Amino acid sequence: MAEVLVLVDQVDGEVKKSTFELLTAARSLGEASAVVVGTPGTTGKVKDALASYGAAKVYAAESDDANGYLVTPKVDALATVAGQASPAAVLVSATAEGKEIAGRLAIRLGGAVLVDAVGVNADGSVDQSIFGGAFSVKSKAAKGTPVVSVRPGAVEAEQADGAAAEETVALPAADPAKAATVTGVEPVVGGDRPELTEASIVVSGGRGVGSAEKFDVVEKLADSLGAAVGASRAAVDSGYYPAQFQVGQTGKTVSPQLYVALGISGAIQHRAGMQTSKTIVAVNKDSEAPIFEIADFGVVGDLFDVAPQLTDEVAKRKG
Amino acid sequence: MTNIVVLVKQVPDTYSERKLNESDHTLDRESADAVIDEINERAVEEALKIKEAGEGEVTVLCVGPDRATDAIRKALSMGADKAVHVSDEALQGSDMVATAKVIAGALGKVDGYDLVIAGNEASDGRGGAIPAMLAEILGVPQLTHARELSLDGTTLKVDRETEDGVTHLEANLPAVVSVTEKINEPRYPSFKGIMAAKKKPVETVTVADLDVDAGELGLSGAYATVLEAAPKPPRAAGERVGDDGDGGTKVAEYLAGQKLI
Ligand SMILES: Cc1cc2nc3c(=O)[nH]c(=O)nc-3n(C[C@H](O)[C@H](O)[C@H](O)COP(=O)(O)OP(=O)(O)OC[C@H]3O[C@@H](n4cnc5c(N)ncnc54)[C@H](O)[C@@H]3O)c2cc1C
Ligand SMILES: Nc1ncnc2c1ncn2[C@@H]1O[C@H](COP(=O)(O)O)[C@@H](O)[C@H]1O
Repeated sequence: MAEVLVLVDQVDGEVKKSTFELLTAARSLGEASAVVVGTPGTTGKVKDALASYGAAKVYAAESDDANGYLVTPKVDALATVAGQASPAAVLVSATAEGKEIAGRLAIRLGGAVLVDAVGVNADGSVDQSIFGGAFSVKSKAAKGTPVVSVRPGAVEAEQADGAAAEETVALPAADPAKAATVTGVEPVVGGDRPELTEASIVVSGGRGVGSAEKFDVVEKLADSLGAAVGASRAAVDSGYYPAQFQVGQTGKTVSPQLYVALGISGAIQHRAGMQTSKTIVAVNKDSEAPIFEIADFGVVGDLFDVAPQLTDEVAKRKG
Repeated sequence: MTNIVVLVKQVPDTYSERKLNESDHTLDRESADAVIDEINERAVEEALKIKEAGEGEVTVLCVGPDRATDAIRKALSMGADKAVHVSDEALQGSDMVATAKVIAGALGKVDGYDLVIAGNEASDGRGGAIPAMLAEILGVPQLTHARELSLDGTTLKVDRETEDGVTHLEANLPAVVSVTEKINEPRYPSFKGIMAAKKKPVETVTVADLDVDAGELGLSGAYATVLEAAPKPPRAAGERVGDDGDGGTKVAEYLAGQKLI
């Protein structure tokens, strides 16, 4: 069975859930091989987790430089392993960095880039959802190794036993004339709420929330539901909520079981990031707001009345 | 002098309904209004700021059909100096690999570029990889997803913002940069700017003028092909109620009915 390479997304030895989704998808195509790129000692920390999602092999590409340069060490590692293993496909997460890694790797391998897959099929084709979920597309590599970025949260991660046989990969030395040096990082602090793209419930606030302080109305409802918090671009641009929580065309695409929109008008660019949610609930003062066109349940009213009452009701029902 | 090239793409307006052609699943460019991608106005703005802070020239580079001249003119009317437009029937249906290679080839038409500035992600394909792929082909550093950029001599510093947080980057020119929507507010073209843009030089080239492998271009040369495409049925509006003091309770009842709480 051909190997399928999975780039492990990890921070300080903590593996992201999207990596388990990739390993699950990889197993439908062949034998899952995880590629770990990090500073010396990283592989030891992540190996067990990778084994429990079916990684047959774990390639350890460790170097002191691994985090010192943007993107290129990961491309170097994947290209090196691909050169030895001739994989059936390479899978990375469709994050900002993952898409860049996939693009560069395709150039290097003479491969095909398949962007932002929401499903990976056994015949090597992938499903995509484009124009904010308005079109479903199936595509395939016509030639070269398929390099696929898979949307986080789109594939259900399933555990399986893997041997996780470790192999060491030598990372080539980085060339500062060809790569940007990382001089500092400020990672986002996760907090206690679920990750936006992974959450089964998302509660978002828009310009209607009115201020950063008042966003606690959104957060309280989210916490009562065990949900992630999102925001419209207008809310982000007004400084109510940080940019990494933006949902929409230029923000994150979410597809939860339940999406609650508070004080969001439902502009087409916002809908592009959330209209594939299973159930949509909207609260807006304006009965003409376009969000109601796609809401399964809408309340025409003031979010400062409706949301706190809902928060209390949810708490009551939980007992 | 800093020789800056801004990559500009024309895309279907996100405010209009976007479609794919039924026959070959390529973008239906006729169905929606075509505009310069919003993010590219910010790329132009950033280039103009660098130019205005010192000496420099800003060249717009666009790969796209003839009508993409509108997007080019918009960038010129903001203040860019000249443009290179790659337009060729052979490019119809090109994938990202081909686009990146054509852009790299067309950069050869710009004498000694120092800095390439692109958008971080186009709103049509949401590929988010052309700038990185270009850096790979050119063998220069990529400083992408910039929310802040500063240039001191030939040293470039960028604050990169992604879902992972902020990464501080540094590299020397030549380099490829991409910017996010948070980097600046693009200026509006002035009347004078619009008039001046009409006289600015736009060099139109075809793939035959570039050093690229024709076997990789267009629908037939693409590494990635679309097998099927279908519009999804639009969502229908569901129930809507007014808030008579019990709006929150009604939502809770609905959610309980759907077994969501
Ligand atoms: C290229 C491009 C990309 C974009 N990308 C995104 C994106 O990624 N994400 C995104 O969200 N937008 C995006 N936009 C912006 C989008 O067009 C809208 O401007 C934005 O979504 C509006 O946000 P909003 O609904 O919060 O604000 P508004 O449109 O101002 O709506 C606020 C709503 O709140 C309601 N309201 C006010 N007070 C209350 C109250 N007390 N109770 C209840 N309701 C109240 C109002 O009736 C109104 O409907 C993009 C635009 C462009 C051009
Ligand atoms: N056909 C094109 N012509 C010029 N620039 C392009 C083209 N395609 C992509 N770009 C540039 O690359 C950026 C990112 O695009 P993408 O990687 O396709 O999401 C865009 O914002 C443009 O700056």
